[in-house]
Amino acid sequence: MSVLAAAATAPSFAFVIGDHLPILQVIVPLLGAVLCALTRRGSFAFAIAALVSWSLLGVAIMLLWQVLGAAAPITYYIGGWAPPWGIEYRVDALNAFILVLVAGVGAITIPFAYRTVGKEIDEDKQSWFYALFLLCLSGLMGMAVTGDAFNIFVFMEVSSLSAYALIAMGSDRRALLAAYQYLIMGTIGATFYVIGIGLLYVVTGTLNLADLATRIGPAFGTAPQPILAALAFIVVGISLKLALFPLHLWLPNAYAFAPTFVTTFLAATATKVAVYILLRLYFTVFGGAISLSDLPIAEVLLMLSIAAMFIASILAVYEDSVERMLAYSSVAQIGCITLGMAIATRAGLTGSIVHLLNHAVMKATLFMAIGAVVYRVGTSCMSELAGIGRKMPLTMGLFVVAGLSIIGVPGTAGFISKWQLGIGAVDAGLWPLVFVLVGSSLIAVIYIGKVVEVAYFREPGDNLADARDPPASMLIPMALLGAATIYFGLDTTWSAQIADTAAQILIGGLK
Amino acid sequence: MQALQSLADNYNYFITIFLMVSGLYIVIARGNMIKKLIGLAMFQSSVYLLYLSPGKIVGGTAPVLDPAFTVYSNPLPHVLMLTAIVVGVATLALGLALTVRIYEAYGTVNEDQIFARDNKK
Repeated sequence: MSVLAAAATAPSFAFVIGDHLPILQVIVPLLGAVLCALTRRGSFAFAIAALVSWSLLGVAIMLLWQVLGAAAPITYYIGGWAPPWGIEYRVDALNAFILVLVAGVGAITIPFAYRTVGKEIDEDKQSWFYALFLLCLSGLMGMAVTGDAFNIFVFMEVSSLSAYALIAMGSDRRALLAAYQYLIMGTIGATFYVIGIGLLYVVTGTLNLADLATRIGPAFGTAPQPILAALAFIVVGISLKLALFPLHLWLPNAYAFAPTFVTTFLAATATKVAVYILLRLYFTVFGGAISLSDLPIAEVLLMLSIAAMFIASILAVYEDSVERMLAYSSVAQIGCITLGMAIATRAGLTGSIVHLLNHAVMKATLFMAIGAVVYRVGTSCMSELAGIGRKMPLTMGLFVVAGLSIIGVPGTAGFISKWQLGIGAVDAGLWPLVFVLVGSSLIAVIYIGKVVEVAYFREPGDNLADARDPPASMLIPMALLGAATIYFGLDTTWSAQIADTAAQILIGGLK
Repeated sequence: MQALQSLADNYNYFITIFLMVSGLYIVIARGNMIKKLIGLAMFQSSVYLLYLSPGKIVGGTAPVLDPAFTVYSNPLPHVLMLTAIVVGVATLALGLALTVRIYEAYGTVNEDQIFARDNKK
């Protein structure tokens, strides 16, 4: 039955839309990207991008609402072909949460793009910029919504290729080099992932994630080696994408030289979706079929997470550019997220998943604040920013709020996730990890404190004569996410409960 | 003797692995950005073989229903690899385009020289 015929017979429009929410997550930004590419005026393309991002958030929230009300995951068959032959979109509490996170960050930060893109990107390239942004958004949403292993690869490449092009649009020539290095490492990561999926396909004959979870177990009895090799390939490939230490080398330059809006968006979403893919494949697909202790992945992940939390934090301390400092801090925070995964208890995973949200919110605030500074002053080097806190009080105030959250001060979102991770570690009998968490927070005090010292305790120099708070279109998104940092630190009914439900889904399927 | 036999029986996989490893080696070992991209393309191409060779069944025909044939090759890997080829072409094109821009900005496509020129500034 065609969509039109369905609309004619269905009781209401809303009813039809309600049935097709999963595919809308991908289709809406994809069509928006085409429309943007057809426009010539940058402000026109911005209007399309803003409309698409806002409606996408509406769709994502409706989907989350449906999922939380339903007993079973929502499934959607593309073209009406039933799985395992057709591609299935499968939404449960975990990916609905990720979808709301990605769409939410996109919707809240898009007003920030208008001024920064207007300043950083040439007028004739602006519509292409927004087209690429929507493509990237579409790819990320697709990765989160799909239940097909090869489909994940296709969407991963859609989002990555557009991200490489977006990063290359940075005004410094080093942005080109950063994009090239990201392209090489990202492609190696994606190819590793495809090799892993190929090995799984050879032994099981299916690509559907739910189907894979049931077929890997029997196949493991006859041919264990390809499955273990597939697990290794997939974990390493996605670890490249999520910038797990020491596979993070592409990240600092990419974040430092990309246009400000791109840094904000990618830092808050791209690595988070990659973490989701790793959680989904590791726990639901492999964890449901074989004993995960067959390969020492949890042990390796634990060591690398701890290394990330310390080494990347220490590297952040020695950075002069605030953007690069925040990028290294991202690597350290990703270490926190994978730490919860390595602990692999319900409390630990809840900590990981809630930290996906909390880190996205606070890192987007930080990158927007420093982006506003770059917008006014033209640099993010600490040596040039003495006294900036007096010239841009609101911007730097929000920077401090989100910075406190990175440190994990009680009352901010960062505290909630670290608390959860700490509980998870103690539950699992790994209490020394609590000291690791506190230790990495103490290093965060140093690097955030360095910025605070420069911004507030020094006399403003002559180069800051014109610096003042940015226009409302940049300030409001920042303030919204800054308020969310506090809100998620005080009221966890929404964030932590959904994260707990999602963690239960992951742990519940374990063999 | 047995090793030789398994080599002869599974030669397609050995070719795949050889391409895969040499492609990855070129990406890591070469400083020239064009050569890196060639290595990357080889690495990606090896995956096509990895998917396609198990999909072909010896003695099987193309998967078109006909009473005269009962053994068919699996069409799905071929379809998947069409998508992967498109992705590979797009990646290579973007990589080359970036290299052209890097050459315009730095006057070289050698990574060591580029790093040296950035540090001098």
